[in-house]
Amino acid sequence: MIRFLLKGLLRDRSRSLFPILTVTAGVMATSLGHSWFNGALGGMITTTANFQTGYVKVMSRAYAELSDEMPNDLALVEVEALLDELENAYPEWQFTPRIHFGGLLDIPDEHGETRSQAPTMGFAVDLLNPDAGELKRLKINESIVRGRAPQQPNEILVADELARKLEVEPGQVATIISSTMNGSMAFFNFTVSGTVNFGILALDRGSIIADIRGARRALDMEDAAGEIVGFMPGDNYRDETAQALADDFNARYSYTEDQFSPTMVTLADQNGNRWILDMVGAMGSILVTIFIIVMSLVLWNSGLMGSLRRYGEIGVRLAIGESHGQIYRAMLLESVLIGIMGSIIGTAIGVSLGLWIQSHGIDIGSMMKESSIMMDNVIRTKVTTTTWYIGFIPGLLATFIGTAFAGIGIYRRQTASLFKELEV
Amino acid sequence: MIGVTSMNRIGRAIFVLMVSQLTPLLNGQQQPTAKELLQALDDNMVAENRVTVSTMIIHGRRGSRSIQSKSWTQGSEKAYTEYLAPARERGTKMLKVGDQLWTYSPATDRIIQIAGHMLRQSVMGSDLSYEDMMEDQTLSEMYSPEIVGSEPVDGRDCWILELTAKNPGITYHSRRVWIDKERNIALKETRYAASGKLLKEALVKEVFQVEGRWYPKHMTFKDMLSTGEGTEFIVDSIDFNAEIPDYIFTKAVLRR
Repeated sequence: MIRFLLKGLLRDRSRSLFPILTVTAGVMATSLGHSWFNGALGGMITTTANFQTGYVKVMSRAYAELSDEMPNDLALVEVEALLDELENAYPEWQFTPRIHFGGLLDIPDEHGETRSQAPTMGFAVDLLNPDAGELKRLKINESIVRGRAPQQPNEILVADELARKLEVEPGQVATIISSTMNGSMAFFNFTVSGTVNFGILALDRGSIIADIRGARRALDMEDAAGEIVGFMPGDNYRDETAQALADDFNARYSYTEDQFSPTMVTLADQNGNRWILDMVGAMGSILVTIFIIVMSLVLWNSGLMGSLRRYGEIGVRLAIGESHGQIYRAMLLESVLIGIMGSIIGTAIGVSLGLWIQSHGIDIGSMMKESSIMMDNVIRTKVTTTTWYIGFIPGLLATFIGTAFAGIGIYRRQTASLFKELEV
Repeated sequence: MIGVTSMNRIGRAIFVLMVSQLTPLLNGQQQPTAKELLQALDDNMVAENRVTVSTMIIHGRRGSRSIQSKSWTQGSEKAYTEYLAPARERGTKMLKVGDQLWTYSPATDRIIQIAGHMLRQSVMGSDLSYEDMMEDQTLSEMYSPEIVGSEPVDGRDCWILELTAKNPGITYHSRRVWIDKERNIALKETRYAASGKLLKEALVKEVFQVEGRWYPKHMTFKDMLSTGEGTEFIVDSIDFNAEIPDYIFTKAVLRR
């Protein structure tokens, strides 16, 4: 029976071509869309975690209230002791201190006076301790454009765009003017060890990267840090694990009545990330639902047109004794075969495109010139096992549902009037 | 720099509140015109030369700290301040000439021009910004005044003067100044954005008489957008019309 129907479909292209093309397009879009959102949103989460939020972040309660303002006067103190406690209590996690600070980057002339200057955002991390993992996490070595990574506490990396604007080269002195933890003016001479381009516009516009030891000297923050970020083993953020850790930590160390006691928040609870995480989780279902509805409508319409065109054929089949149910089931089986063929072709194209974009990426930097979102300029898809089968769901369901609706007309045909119809 | 320099000239902003030794006409309780009140404030704020030593106490969420400074001021254009204490600030200097501001840090041996975005930042963690310090026009030049009523401040009867910016580009779109009717000194000031949002508030806690002028001895300044507890200014000493050598207002003095 299947062979018979298959032959019919292949020999009569007018019956199969349009539905297969429709299914192919829909399945391809579902498959590619799944890998796109997986890659884009997942990449955004990873970048945000690595550069901004960690999987969990520890701050003072007062700092957490105003964290967007980077209020270093409310920073954590006695950080080394707190790090020891964190490492002992949660040995499978990796914790590292960071400081964010704003200020002015000033380049001197030969007389030590201002030659050029620009506002900058400082990002201080533990660059000199290889065990902290920050060089790898932030892809520092891969991002260096000129010079090298800092090897001394008083060395910094400057965003390449900013360095060119200020006409500063590796090896030259750059002075940071900022505020100390106590609110005093902070002046500190750093040496530019290199320039850097992360491919993240929010960072590449005007940031500097310093080792945390140098930043602590500059900002008078000995044994202090704005925040401690924590990362769990493996590449994927798991909200339940992070939330369990945060709940345990806060129960042990955080006191409502002490605004300077530490508090831990998860990645999901920072910067509106929960919405993005929920989107990543729900995107497969959303895409499948959309394409089932759209393709069902298209295929229903196409089935109706096909039924009209096959009016004579169906009439003859009824006239020679096939029951309405047999014809209806045969058409449904035809639709499943079309769905399978379209889904196979659509998945093959969608996954191939997905793998290509995963490998080459698409540069959206020009669209993000004014953006402050922490995401890579180059978007890459992420093809997972789900990408391989997700297109089959709308591919098969839509053809089946479309045909089921279109085929209802078969039951309305009156056998008694068949011969009159066939005379026409 | 903020200390008394602000009180004298750089901080005309702050010192609107300051001394307001008005004309005898005003002393007689007769209602002055708004322009007379404002002109009297301007006349009082600008001295030919002024040397002041002041202490600034900054109250933050983690505690308070004091900064002492000495300032030399000439007219409304030039001011030079040297920080005296604490040790971390000692030797930091600031020079304002016209609309330019430089700072010197002994730790880096750098003379750095403060400009652009940095002008909006807090100075020394206080409730004052560099923009507050950079105001160098008189209030009469910047604002149109109107007397909107009278009200007691700390038990003293005051005129309420409302100032509206003549030019939309200036830092504060409007201000309200409460002027002691008897002593003719501003005791309170509030500053607003164009939206009407209150940005800063200053209160004079204590006044004293110097060379015939009533002058604030102790005042508080609060940035209403910050979480700190405000900044206090205390005038330790002030010398009007002191001799100030010309080199004081050159960049060379910063490294001296």
